[in-house]
Amino acid sequence: MNDLPRTQHIIASGTIAAVGVSVAHISYTQEPAAAFVFPRLIATVFAVLAIWTFVKAVLGRTKVGQGLSGQDMRNLLPGLIVTLVYAFWAAKDLGFYTATTIAFFILLTLYDPAPHTEAKTWIKRGLITAGFMAVMYGLFAMLLNVYTPREIFS
Amino acid sequence: MEFLYYMGDVFTPVNFGLLVLGTIGGLILGATPGLSPTMTVALMIPFTFKLEPQQGLILLGAAYTSTVAGGAVSAILLKIPGAPANIATTLDGHTMAQKGQGAKALQISFIASAIGGLFGVFLLIFLTPVLATWALAFGPSELFWLAILGVTVIGTLDSSSVVKGLLSGCIGLWLATIGFDDIMGAQRFIFHSSVSGGINVIPALIGLFAIPQVIAMFAKGRSGVDAEIIVVQRHPIGAAFREVFSRKRALAIGTAVGSIIGLIPGVGGQIAGLVAYDQSKKMSPESGKFGTGHPEGVIAAESANNAMVGPSLVPLLTLSIPGSPTAAVLLGGLLIHGIFPGPALFTQYPEVVWPFINSMLVGQILMCVFGLLIAGWAANVARVPRAVMAAVVLGLAVFGSYSVGHSMGDVYVMAALGLAMYFLERFGFSAAPLVLGLILGPIAEANFMQGAMIANATIGQMTYFFTGWLNWLLISIVVASIGYSIWMELRQRRYTTKEDAQA
Repeated sequence: MNDLPRTQHIIASGTIAAVGVSVAHISYTQEPAAAFVFPRLIATVFAVLAIWTFVKAVLGRTKVGQGLSGQDMRNLLPGLIVTLVYAFWAAKDLGFYTATTIAFFILLTLYDPAPHTEAKTWIKRGLITAGFMAVMYGLFAMLLNVYTPREIFS
Repeated sequence: MEFLYYMGDVFTPVNFGLLVLGTIGGLILGATPGLSPTMTVALMIPFTFKLEPQQGLILLGAAYTSTVAGGAVSAILLKIPGAPANIATTLDGHTMAQKGQGAKALQISFIASAIGGLFGVFLLIFLTPVLATWALAFGPSELFWLAILGVTVIGTLDSSSVVKGLLSGCIGLWLATIGFDDIMGAQRFIFHSSVSGGINVIPALIGLFAIPQVIAMFAKGRSGVDAEIIVVQRHPIGAAFREVFSRKRALAIGTAVGSIIGLIPGVGGQIAGLVAYDQSKKMSPESGKFGTGHPEGVIAAESANNAMVGPSLVPLLTLSIPGSPTAAVLLGGLLIHGIFPGPALFTQYPEVVWPFINSMLVGQILMCVFGLLIAGWAANVARVPRAVMAAVVLGLAVFGSYSVGHSMGDVYVMAALGLAMYFLERFGFSAAPLVLGLILGPIAEANFMQGAMIANATIGQMTYFFTGWLNWLLISIVVASIGYSIWMELRQRRYTTKEDAQA
């Protein structure tokens, strides 16, 4: 295991250990105690295993998990940002269909290997987006009658 | 023979139409690299809300059956397994395709899948009611241990690290406790309003299975699908049938191995295909031909991974313990329709469960027929750019999660769990035990609390939970599965260290 995954493993397992210890702390201190009997059982095992994993990571003895390379991070970061903005903000504040159309088109543009310099690739992306949205509208709005937030159109 | 009484329900226009739709859709989605059967079934659950429970389950069952078989298309023509279950199929299937026998490989894979699948569903039909009767003997303590068994077996056998597998199971069990306590009405771990009612299982499943695959597609950057699709030549179907039936040994080994592995909770089709391939190779007089485009390799692998489908539902339908991640997703599909599987399922809901099982039987035949018809065409879905696939899955995940309870909270939970799961997977954690923990957590807690109340009023908790042959059997299996996995991990590590030293 080289240094980069080791550091990453320490951060990842440290975060999980912190969650495990917090869950155990809450389970043992929160009232009414009777409501936390089962969580206490789970949290104890959770915390022990999480600390074990963290100690192994600190000692550099983690054998499983490749971590994330710089290239992976660079590749996924734009898509991740679009996903976060779409799911946690745009879907509600812009409306589902508007937000999905924008997010879908941006993701196609970001990750489509076709060149950005040709007009026909942009037209193709636009058509794919329109086709997808038509299918989604047909499925969710017309077939399943799902009423979604329409914010900017409401 | 009760199943025959409900056979007619499969052929009503709506049910049969859904069966055909699920089969064709499953074949196409299964052929798409990156769309696993579990994720496909999870994404389809929102579409079953408007359907009757019987219809919804028929659609999900058909999708499950045919996505496993559809994965063979990309395994054979592209050398990219559509699902982990099809890994063994690539070994001989793709070599056959390279030799100009792509159509033959596809045909024998669908025929072998159907034969294995039919046997597996017959096992489900005949074993399930027997086990359901036997399961009536289970009290709260046994059901508690059974739920723990479900999490630990998947946590240990399905993960590359025992500790991380068990830790994933614990995270799932903890997530299941979020929300209001049923008995005391107390709030537990409610750190955000989105989880005040607890974590809804369906958005969680969609997030845990779909979002990590979407991000994994992002991580590959702006690259296209680099695999070349091999053109399929015509091949007479009759000759493919004769080929399959002339290779009875491989067919029997694949079917038997798949059926047995399917019954063991936590051991999926990926292992079934590989074990069947290995055993078939060892027992074949033509073992030297394996890996060079030998039809027996395809027959053994494909019959095994579809034979596994039926038996993997036995623990789910009898004990409400899902035997695989896909079975866990199907459990979610049952729960949203208010159906709780268990020993009483066959007496309370025979009109739902028997048509569902029967549809899987008919679905195997439809899968074979449609598979033979559309196999060559289905491979074209692999040409769909990764960017389109990622964006489509993301859109479906957001809409699907929202449609469960018309709540943005479900979308946030789906996205948060999905993102966390992607990073957890990069560090050796796996989604399957977490999902099992999330689904089995309420079952484990309800039975633990019920058992504790009985124990306090009678013989005491230690005696109640740790005596009785059934309790001991279940505890022994839990301990044995952990012990076996630790032994395997240590052995693997020693082997790797030795190899490194030699290198």
